[in-house]
Amino acid sequence: MNSASNVMNESPAQATTIAPVAVSWSRQLYWCVRRELWESKSIYIAPIIGAALALVACSISAMRLPERMRSAAALGRIDESGIIAGPFDLAGLLIMGVTFLVALFYSLDALHGERRDRSILFWKSLPVSDLTTVLAKASIPMLVLPVLTFGVTILTQTIVLVVSRAALAGSGVQAEAAWSQFSFWHMEGMLLYHLVAIHGLLYAPFYAWLMLVSAWARRLPILWATLPPIAVGVFEKVAFNTSYFASWIGNQLGGGQNSAAQPAGGMSMDSLTSPLPGEFLTHPQLWINLLIAAAFLALAVRLRRQRGPI
Amino acid sequence: MTCIEALGLRKSFGTTVALDGVNLQLPEGRILGLIGPNGAGKTTALNAIVGLTPYEGQLTVLGRDPWAKRDQLMNDVCFIADVAVLPRWIQVSEALDFMEGVHPRFSRVKAQGFLAKTTIGRAHKVRELSKGMVAQLHLALVMAIDAKLLVLDEPTLGLDILYRKQFYDALLNDYFDRGRTILVATHQVDEIQNVLTDVMFLDRGRVAFQCSMDEIESRFAEVTVKPENAAAAKALKPINERQVFGRSVLLFDGADRQQLGALGEVRTPSVEDLFVAVVGSRAGQAQGAAV
Repeated sequence: MNSASNVMNESPAQATTIAPVAVSWSRQLYWCVRRELWESKSIYIAPIIGAALALVACSISAMRLPERMRSAAALGRIDESGIIAGPFDLAGLLIMGVTFLVALFYSLDALHGERRDRSILFWKSLPVSDLTTVLAKASIPMLVLPVLTFGVTILTQTIVLVVSRAALAGSGVQAEAAWSQFSFWHMEGMLLYHLVAIHGLLYAPFYAWLMLVSAWARRLPILWATLPPIAVGVFEKVAFNTSYFASWIGNQLGGGQNSAAQPAGGMSMDSLTSPLPGEFLTHPQLWINLLIAAAFLALAVRLRRQRGPI
Repeated sequence: MTCIEALGLRKSFGTTVALDGVNLQLPEGRILGLIGPNGAGKTTALNAIVGLTPYEGQLTVLGRDPWAKRDQLMNDVCFIADVAVLPRWIQVSEALDFMEGVHPRFSRVKAQGFLAKTTIGRAHKVRELSKGMVAQLHLALVMAIDAKLLVLDEPTLGLDILYRKQFYDALLNDYFDRGRTILVATHQVDEIQNVLTDVMFLDRGRVAFQCSMDEIESRFAEVTVKPENAAAAKALKPINERQVFGRSVLLFDGADRQQLGALGEVRTPSVEDLFVAVVGSRAGQAQGAAV
């Protein structure tokens, strides 16, 4: 025991070089994700700007809320809860639309930008595998952005709730009946489900496809990402007069009507009222999509390994 | 221990052969200068060694196959590529955070120590730094890694003479020791020749010449021959001849120094002289053959 510790003391340098040193995989992944957030600040700035815009619009709209409630009551309409829910849906859709666009453009640039500015030579000089890098990048549209969207949206909608309540309370309009039909937490639950199920899982193949193209294309990845699918659709239409491919793509982008995420069909947030996670998770469509996404990402890892700077 | 071992290393891009059977044995603790004209295959060779490109033939770096195990190899190897490759958006503090996060052998304290000697601040972004400062930053990051092999590809290209000198001084004084190996590719030969322990000339994908610096001193001699001794000198079979101010300067390989002393002024040739003699004459032959 003693002699061992003496040896250690005598040659600390040797001891450190002999000791197996490694950084755990999860730690590397964590830092790679942080790196992406440093590089692409639009990942969080764009949703925040979208939320600010939605807040201003909803606040202006809330000024007119009592008036609209009164006219709805005068006309004897009973969907007062719809009038209350309107601004919430609009704010949610605006933020979601912004983050969806951010996700698309992020994916398209993810493996292209580092080759364009030659920084890939620096990243590859570090002991981080191509798999870790690609997974970190893929997690941005598939995990980070949906979660961020949820956080920003719930915050925005909470403020909308306070503003709407205050506007109605200040005006003296009797709206308790309408509020009782409106469930804030049910709405947020639906939102989270929608973000995870559709933006995170069902859209995974699209993000993965964009990343694959960004790893492959030397120039103009946006053209390589969009023209081949369009060409396949047009070819199918002309050659066989069918449009299976186009409708399949449309179906996926529409959140998988008649399929995995929406047993009831329809796309708007309201119609997502009865998601059945069991049904969603056992739907083959989901697993086919995830397999396609995994295949695209595996190809992207391979390409990143082989490709150097452009 | 052998640090790099290459046997029949080949690489071609389409019909262009970049490496044509390169053999290399680099023991630990050496500083090898890889010298060659543009397009000689230097960058391709270095890329193969750090696992950036696939190759034919055998290549082992620190006991590993670089192409198959790049991420593991990079625990022990550092690499600075030929141009500024640090991402322009990154902040100095972010670069330090990231290196500390992913690299098991990176010492933040060391890196900060190196940076303290420069004017680079923690809040600076790479895009705000001059070319020389970017090179300083990259070198500071790399020297803070306790690696066994450092691979440099034209690391000082485009820097002014002060930064170039600083760069190699820092490398020698603050970094190099017998446990480390450095491989540097450049064509600014004269500046690094006193840093090197070995040289290798690469020409059109082949090893044109390989020698240790000690051996150069004992083997090669350059003689400024007096006109009356020209014929006698040429009889000793010089490997190269050039004219300086109307006098012949002959380069000899393995000739007896005393014998040469009688013919004129003798000195040890610089690596640059050797390079011109070895690679220049090959290029001349090739051109002659083409005509």
